[in-house]
Amino acid sequence: MNARIAHIASNTFREAVRDRVLYNLIAFALLMSGAAILVGQISIDIERLVVVNLGLTAVSLFGVVIAIFIGIGLVSKEIEKRTLYTVLSRPVRRWEFIVGKFLGLAGTLVVNTFFMAVGVFLALLYVSHHFQRADGWLLVALYFIILQFLIITALALLFSSFSTPLMSAVFAFALFVIGSFAEDLRGFAAMTHGLTRWLATAAAYLVPNFSALNIISSVAHEQAVAGRFILLNTGYALIYATMVLCGAVLIFERRNLK
Amino acid sequence: MSARRRVTIFATSLLVACMLASAFLLRWVDQLRTNATLEEVLYISSPKVLKRMSLGYDGLLADIYWTRAVQYFGGKHHAGASRYDLLAPLLEITTTLDPHLLVAYEFGSNFLAPAPPNGAGMPQRAIELAQFGIRNNPDDWHLYYDLGFIYYMELHDYAKAADAFARGSQVPNAHPFLKALAAQMAQHAGELQTARMMWSATYSTTTDASIRANAVAHLRALQVDEDVTNLENLVRFYQEKTGHFPASFAEMEAAGFLRGIPVDPLGQTYELKPDGRVQVRDPDDLPFIEKGLPPGYIPPKKPRFLPTDRN
Repeated sequence: MNARIAHIASNTFREAVRDRVLYNLIAFALLMSGAAILVGQISIDIERLVVVNLGLTAVSLFGVVIAIFIGIGLVSKEIEKRTLYTVLSRPVRRWEFIVGKFLGLAGTLVVNTFFMAVGVFLALLYVSHHFQRADGWLLVALYFIILQFLIITALALLFSSFSTPLMSAVFAFALFVIGSFAEDLRGFAAMTHGLTRWLATAAAYLVPNFSALNIISSVAHEQAVAGRFILLNTGYALIYATMVLCGAVLIFERRNLK
Repeated sequence: MSARRRVTIFATSLLVACMLASAFLLRWVDQLRTNATLEEVLYISSPKVLKRMSLGYDGLLADIYWTRAVQYFGGKHHAGASRYDLLAPLLEITTTLDPHLLVAYEFGSNFLAPAPPNGAGMPQRAIELAQFGIRNNPDDWHLYYDLGFIYYMELHDYAKAADAFARGSQVPNAHPFLKALAAQMAQHAGELQTARMMWSATYSTTTDASIRANAVAHLRALQVDEDVTNLENLVRFYQEKTGHFPASFAEMEAAGFLRGIPVDPLGQTYELKPDGRVQVRDPDDLPFIEKGLPPGYIPPKKPRFLPTDRN
């Protein structure tokens, strides 16, 4: 990797840690241990399911919130603090700045997800007393959650490159919600005709498809995930995140920073 | 003491006092609004809307709704309620959110089907739930068993019960007793032996302590019903032979009609009444029995299981 990008990425990671982003791990640990102990007493026969569903949902939602709220400030905060000018006065290209910021936040989220995943597996061990082969699919679900983070981080960065932090958060969260309904959108498009069908289909393919990346329910039921599905989802998430990053770079390159 | 320290102590004390006072007041408010408990409210009753609103995290929401259904049923059952209005909608939401949550079908149909106070008395809703479960999980034989069980126990529709067991027996890895149950259902549906087989099957296939206890209590009740029927027949036979009812089982034993003093499954001797009726001594400990009950007996609101039944 380009050394300048690596520097920006590592600084972004350090800044996120300094901003106490990883403190969410404490809340997560409390949530998991509470659920693991409590659910057996208030429900019937779903201890493992709850640990998997709650654990992975929390990993996903905590990450989405971090991605949006840190991502929206990645560019605007640098402009506000005027540190961006110091960075860009050095031999750093604007696109390198955007890519570095993206990789830094993505790295933070991967580290965060790693610790949360350890928590999920520990809670699972507590309720099941042993691991089973099907628990391996949880790793695939966690991998898909990370792919989801890549897209959301890229989106937050895109909006951050031209909008205010508040509006960026609104846009990013709205796209996350719309992306969760992506399959419904496609179904809606199939029911229409003519120009509306074209427009609806285009919109359905333009918004990120988060529903395909959410396999929490199926891994909770120990259902296997096809290798082809993993491959296609990986390709989709990487291509989509790259596309959004390109958009962010294009906007940021043309932005008047004076 | 510095001013800062004084403020810290005062603020901490005030915070704790306010926290305790608010909890105390809230308890007081709850006592005034006993009928306003949240459990009788379904804010969103449409399972499809809830599924959409879950943003793909429907598995966790299903777990929450399942827990809510368990708590709702448990609370009502404990209070000896006769109406369970929210139970079916809660189970419908749970299974729509997660159609593979097998536990919700298995326990849910057990909650819904039996008449109050043992359940909600909604066998038709229980059948719909089991059928929805089968449509979504056609390879799970337990669901066919549950469906057949409801048809047999609650609706006495032996043909449909036989059909459910037969379909379940064709599922890969189905328990072999499903075939036997289907055959038994076709030939001897109304007999005690068949009921005994059903409850034995339930006992041997469940891992849940409460279902196990329920099965043991039903098996014990079947034994009592059979014992009382046989003993009363024997008493009538004695009366035909001797011209009078026996005064006690000891008298029948002395006359060679019995090999010993008969006892119920809990080890208590049966009671012989002057008119030839046979009764159990403690009907509260023998829930679900239909014979051997004292005249005018009112069962407790909640069936009493013995602690050993759960093992």
